[in-house]
Amino acid sequence: MLEAFGITPQALIAQLLVGLINGSFYAILSLGLAIIFGLLNVINFTHGAQYMLGAFFAWIGLTQVGNWLGMPDFSINYWVALVAAPLLVGAIGIVMERLMLKRLYHLDHLYGLLLTFGLALVIEGMFRHWYGISGESYSVPEALQGGFRLESFGLFLPKYRMWVIVASLAVCIATWYMIERTKLGNYLRAGTENPKLLQALGINVPLMITLTYGFGVALAAFAGVLAAPVFQVNPVMGSNLIIVVFAVVVIGGMGSIAGSIVTGLALGLLEGLTKVFYPEASSMVIFVVMAIVLLVRPAGLFGKEK
Amino acid sequence: MKRNTLTKAVAAIFVAAAASSSFAQKISDDVVKIGVLTDMSGTYSDLAGKGSVVAAEMAIEDYSKSKTILGKKIELISADHQNKADITANKAREWFDKEKVDVIVDLVTTSAALAAMEIGEQKNKITLNSGAASLDITRSKCTANNVHWVYDTYNLGKSREALVKAGKKSWFFVTADYAFGHNLERDTAQIVTSNGGTVVGSVRHPFPGSDFSSFLLKAQSSGAQVIGLANAGQDTINSVKQAAEFGISQKQTIVPLLTFITDVHSLGLKAAQGLSVAESFYWDLNDKTRAWSKRFYDKHKRMPSMVHAGVYSSVMNYLKAIESTKTDDTKAVMDKLKSTPIDDGLFKGNIQVNGKFSHDFYVFEVKKPNESKGPWDYYKLVATIPAAEASAPLDKSCKLVK
Repeated sequence: MLEAFGITPQALIAQLLVGLINGSFYAILSLGLAIIFGLLNVINFTHGAQYMLGAFFAWIGLTQVGNWLGMPDFSINYWVALVAAPLLVGAIGIVMERLMLKRLYHLDHLYGLLLTFGLALVIEGMFRHWYGISGESYSVPEALQGGFRLESFGLFLPKYRMWVIVASLAVCIATWYMIERTKLGNYLRAGTENPKLLQALGINVPLMITLTYGFGVALAAFAGVLAAPVFQVNPVMGSNLIIVVFAVVVIGGMGSIAGSIVTGLALGLLEGLTKVFYPEASSMVIFVVMAIVLLVRPAGLFGKEK
Repeated sequence: MKRNTLTKAVAAIFVAAAASSSFAQKISDDVVKIGVLTDMSGTYSDLAGKGSVVAAEMAIEDYSKSKTILGKKIELISADHQNKADITANKAREWFDKEKVDVIVDLVTTSAALAAMEIGEQKNKITLNSGAASLDITRSKCTANNVHWVYDTYNLGKSREALVKAGKKSWFFVTADYAFGHNLERDTAQIVTSNGGTVVGSVRHPFPGSDFSSFLLKAQSSGAQVIGLANAGQDTINSVKQAAEFGISQKQTIVPLLTFITDVHSLGLKAAQGLSVAESFYWDLNDKTRAWSKRFYDKHKRMPSMVHAGVYSSVMNYLKAIESTKTDDTKAVMDKLKSTPIDDGLFKGNIQVNGKFSHDFYVFEVKKPNESKGPWDYYKLVATIPAAEASAPLDKSCKLVK
């Protein structure tokens, strides 16, 4: 039957594998967004810019820091960047939250959205001014170069792309576990339900909120470092992706951790399928699904009605 | 008596005509104002953008240190059209109506260019296009007040003829899904088939895209010898990178159909080495291009793309045409431009009746990292396609071709 579309089963599976890779990016980004919205009730439009910051810091660490410090041979390699960039961007996120976001919690969601959107534009504008639009190259780390030739699928699967799937899934599952199954996670979820009561019980809720925002931002930056060798590191890489990620979060249910992971992967697969059969629609299919879901189940597939 | 009156009347008419023609030997609004309308912040801002403004400024200063022409001031204005046709149309209208702009230059992105050309025709003002690609600009959509300065999709397709003749017969296209991508695919496919090759298939990707892996996989499974990338800028850069990642470049030849030196700079030689590139200007071609490009580099800190060179050349030749006709009247200047051979050190050729500036085109190969002596030393010249061969034959689909 597939032959009618000019596709062999092998080609289809190859495309689905590729879709899974994109799905892992969507999963990890929407996880960060879902955490921030679920626990802070803030629609973090800066998420895309923070993803870009993660990629840029990884690139700067690899190619620029040595020159700045006067030690041309010094560079921060990929593996260190995987940890350092999220920490750095997370710290920046925490500063943002302390100085600006926290003043808006008592107001309508719209203000948080406007603020974070404005911040995204400012950050992207700064990097565009410093680095231009064409982007910079970040090479795949030595250990992950090359790939597996899957003759039966006629596919050469780059090691690095497999690593992206593994790393994203590992981080997503670890995060989910931490939030749903540990004491810390319990506090976080309680904080969303009833922050005053939790505060009364002696938990430092504002600190928890700040750290949670920092963690969500760090997740975005982590995705950015993962993305750097795959896509060009350029100032608008986040804004291209963020709209799709928002659609994913809406479909999964704003605030459902497991939902955003599953939906991210599923939509990546769906997009991959669309690229096989009707490529021109591939950038649109996720929004079509979002429209349908909003009509049928407004809280999202995994969301709970509030 | 009647005859006398008639003679006087005729004389009066001649005097009036003489007076009004000396009126025509004048600069409109007492200023020659040049507008650079380009993409300042989007996909094409590196190959055009601020660099085009720098190029235009250089042309004005080189023409006249005091920035005057025929005793009137030369002014420059610039704006960002964000690659959108509606913004371009509004800006062009505003500039021509209120800002006294006489000519608009750069106009990267085909949809924006076509919008500006239409306004230029309505308002009887000139557009000198250095940025957009589509062949339709000098065919079905040609206008009397437009010159297409630097390159078009026919040039780009034609530059691939040698490849097809050398044996690369089966092609698969990965195409950006908008007018430019479609045109580039169409014009290249035409060269392929007319030289005995076949187009095995094609796939259209959303514009702009970021992940091309599934489209490249389709290209790979088609088994075509050549994968032609009918896209530009960021899309080309990502496609080339990802093709290398999936080991596609080992068995099939990737040909980026439109590349600028700014793209190669961004990709890096390690990823771009060996690519076959076609452009109409390169900074390191000869002494004249080197001298000019060095001055451009001192101001812009990056070597010029062919679009930047085109903006400089079009502004300079526009000013020279005004000097020679003693007026900035649109018809006079356009007639002058179309009847004067151009040789300004950057481009050499003639502007045809349909507005196409016909000049040579070059095919380069991107150097290997160890062949390059430093940043921006990226190309080695493989072939020069003379103007007569490189430019599309005049076609009656353009209303100006009789």
